[in-house]
Amino acid sequence: MLVPSLKVQDLIEEIRGAKTQAQEREVIQKECAHIRASFRDGDPLHRHRQLAKLLYVHMLGYPAHFGQMECLKLIASPRFTDKRVGYLGAMLLLDERQDAHLLITNSIKNDLSQGTQAVQGLALCTLSTMGSAEMCRDLATEVEKLLLQPSPYVRKKAVLTAVHMIRKVPELSTIFLPPCAQLLHERHHGILLGTITLIMELCERSPAALKHFRKVVPQLVQILRTLLTTGYSTEHSISGVSDPFLQVQILRLLRILGRNHEESSETMNDLLAQVLAVNILGRFLLNSDKNIRYVALTSLLRLVQSDHSAVQRHRPTVVECLQEPDTSLSRRALELSLALVNSSNVRAMTQELQGFLQSCPTDLRADCASGILLAAERYAPTKRWHIDTILRVLTTAGAHVRDDAVANLTQLIGGAQELHAYSVRRLYCALAEDISQQPLVQVAAWCIGEYGDLLLEGSCEEIEPLQVEEEEVLALLERVLQSHMSLPATRGYALTALMKLSTRLRGDNNRIRQVVSIYGSCLDVELQQRAVEYDTLFRKYDHMRAAILEKMPLVERGGPQVDEEAKESKEEARLLEAAPVPTEPQASKLLDLLDLLDGPSEDAQHPRPLDPSPGGALVHLLDLPCAPPPAAPIPNLKVFEREGLQLSLSFVRPPETPALLLITVTATNTSGGDVTHFICQAAVPKFPAAATGPQWGHSSSSGWPSDDPAPQNPQS
Amino acid sequence: MYTRIQHPLHLSMQFMLLFSRQGKLRLQKWYVPLSDKEKKKITRELVQTVLARKPKMCSFLEWRDLKIVYKRYASLYFCCAIEDQDNELITLEIIHRYVELLDKYFGSVCELDIIFNFEKAYFILDEFLLGGEVQETSKKNVLKAIEQADLLQESQNEEWGGLSEDIL
Repeated sequence: MLVPSLKVQDLIEEIRGAKTQAQEREVIQKECAHIRASFRDGDPLHRHRQLAKLLYVHMLGYPAHFGQMECLKLIASPRFTDKRVGYLGAMLLLDERQDAHLLITNSIKNDLSQGTQAVQGLALCTLSTMGSAEMCRDLATEVEKLLLQPSPYVRKKAVLTAVHMIRKVPELSTIFLPPCAQLLHERHHGILLGTITLIMELCERSPAALKHFRKVVPQLVQILRTLLTTGYSTEHSISGVSDPFLQVQILRLLRILGRNHEESSETMNDLLAQVLAVNILGRFLLNSDKNIRYVALTSLLRLVQSDHSAVQRHRPTVVECLQEPDTSLSRRALELSLALVNSSNVRAMTQELQGFLQSCPTDLRADCASGILLAAERYAPTKRWHIDTILRVLTTAGAHVRDDAVANLTQLIGGAQELHAYSVRRLYCALAEDISQQPLVQVAAWCIGEYGDLLLEGSCEEIEPLQVEEEEVLALLERVLQSHMSLPATRGYALTALMKLSTRLRGDNNRIRQVVSIYGSCLDVELQQRAVEYDTLFRKYDHMRAAILEKMPLVERGGPQVDEEAKESKEEARLLEAAPVPTEPQASKLLDLLDLLDGPSEDAQHPRPLDPSPGGALVHLLDLPCAPPPAAPIPNLKVFEREGLQLSLSFVRPPETPALLLITVTATNTSGGDVTHFICQAAVPKFPAAATGPQWGHSSSSGWPSDDPAPQNPQS
Repeated sequence: MYTRIQHPLHLSMQFMLLFSRQGKLRLQKWYVPLSDKEKKKITRELVQTVLARKPKMCSFLEWRDLKIVYKRYASLYFCCAIEDQDNELITLEIIHRYVELLDKYFGSVCELDIIFNFEKAYFILDEFLLGGEVQETSKKNVLKAIEQADLLQESQNEEWGGLSEDIL
């Protein structure tokens, strides 16, 4: 055939010039015929060109299997051009499913052992792309030799070929494991990268290999550290990060090696937490790509548990991310910001978060509000700041605050005696402005009820002097009571507050009495009951009113704190259960747990079920008189005795509050054995004048008035 | 049904495809052994799936039991299939590095360069990835290797009395 065959690019042009699919097919079929003929008897000089054309046509979807043999011929040719195209053809047309593929094994072997670097490269590349298990077995030793060749160009390819071989024939691991140690000392990034990949493969396949390679953890850490500290390298850096491909691979291997192995984890921990991840993540935070910013925030959030200080460094950037219009990003930023609050930055962070709270999307408000309140609780520098912060949250996002926020705030205020005047004034002003935010209204109502006298009389240096008239206060509470925006619970607060004011204010109580009696026929049953009870208090038990409506003592916080203590004592109990003798410390610990109040109180302390304990238990039970109290002291009563367990009651009447009777239950175990499952419960008959029935009902099970904030339940 | 080759534990990249906005294949690199028929089917389906993506969508999608990482550069889609536990972001970097290499080699690469010099595109890829893994992280080294191979080709051809212009 003397007609010079079409050059590859010319053919491509011709194919692209075809107007229709049919035309294209025609062109290609014609050319393929030429190519076939050329393969049969064509000249070897142009064989590579013919194959190249065939490969192009193959990519368009046309059959090209008749070129397979030509690949072999070209690979066997000494010309580099031929080899280049031949190997490419082998990778595209030959795979382990074809029998023909084994025929190139010999050529590859020759090229690996005798070829120039470029040729060795071609052979290795082909072997690692389409090498079958048999080929790998045949050529393993050749590849092994190349691992130690001086040229990095060949070595880096040999290492990755070894990876492929192990994947195909896992037994070859034995050949390729030994050279790894030495290869790790390489400075060439490509070789290092391949070696780490190889080690990963070895470790993933064999626990013995994993164990073996744990000893290189320090070395890996060192490599990584060097990467990070040597700064910018134009060759290997991407966006200022030195060779991220290598870094990622090292990290992956470290993860494998460190899994469930404390020593290795220790070695790498220092580097990872302090230098590596956090810095890179910090930079990611500034990335313009949203995906990356999201991943960065998520990762930092995970990190903040284990290395708080490292993540702190990025606090300013994280706070900026709060401004993200994308909600998923701002949510992450919020979570992270909350996690970053600590005692030193709490003021600044709260400021930022309060700002965010004002403008954040609705679905984030609840989390933000609770987050701020929690942070405030943990790190508040001063009580006043704490109260202010909660107040601000209630004013900004009152509707989104969790239910226990009210209880927490009243607890907080109650405990800060020096701030009572301040709190009640601030709350009064806030309430006067806005009676729609329920939690705020509830707290304010409670406060006004409790400290109404301070509102009117006390002077407070901390804020501007406030001139409040009694009538104004009553009017405000009445507004709350009547407002359709007020929830039933809120109205309950308001009514009780009004009632309390009857003892705090100096004026006569006609107005209050009027309100109370009106609500005696309120449709809301709860409110009605209260009103009736308060009314009765006015009419029949007026002598007790002052005592009953006295200022609330501080309620011990229920919930997690106490549970922890209970758990601790339980643990201690188990240890001690082994000892037959009940010990004093045990008892006193329980005493601390249950010792709630100093001084007189009308608090509703429902008795807690006791943890099993071997020792004695003391329970303070505070109760109100069920009858006009006799003046004489009541003698102790032994009420129960069986099998060594004794229960006795003692009665004390505190002199300051004659209306109060303190009953103490003492349980002692005089038997030799342990007492388990000891539960002490008290049943108290209802007092129509004093008890607020529903509250009692649903608090007794938990033992702690956590559902009912103390103010609602001033007596038991 | 895509019968995935069961690799017992780990294989970074299963394949890389380059295709145009019209769905025409411009390069296919398979790191797993599959029949021609299977490759065609996968290609067809994946091309359809990727082309159906809207512009602002992120670069990652789940397809069968693989993760597909793709990015469009002008009229070409670069599409990689990686294993589920692999790192998507680093795969994006791999794609980008490959594009940079092509760009450096061809000088402001466009789709036509890849069409008319498809073998070169393969050669360059084979200097960057090997067996589905990154073999060389230095751009410079990859380009140097290609340069040297090209030179070798030319010089040999002169030696051997072949055509010195347009080798292929």
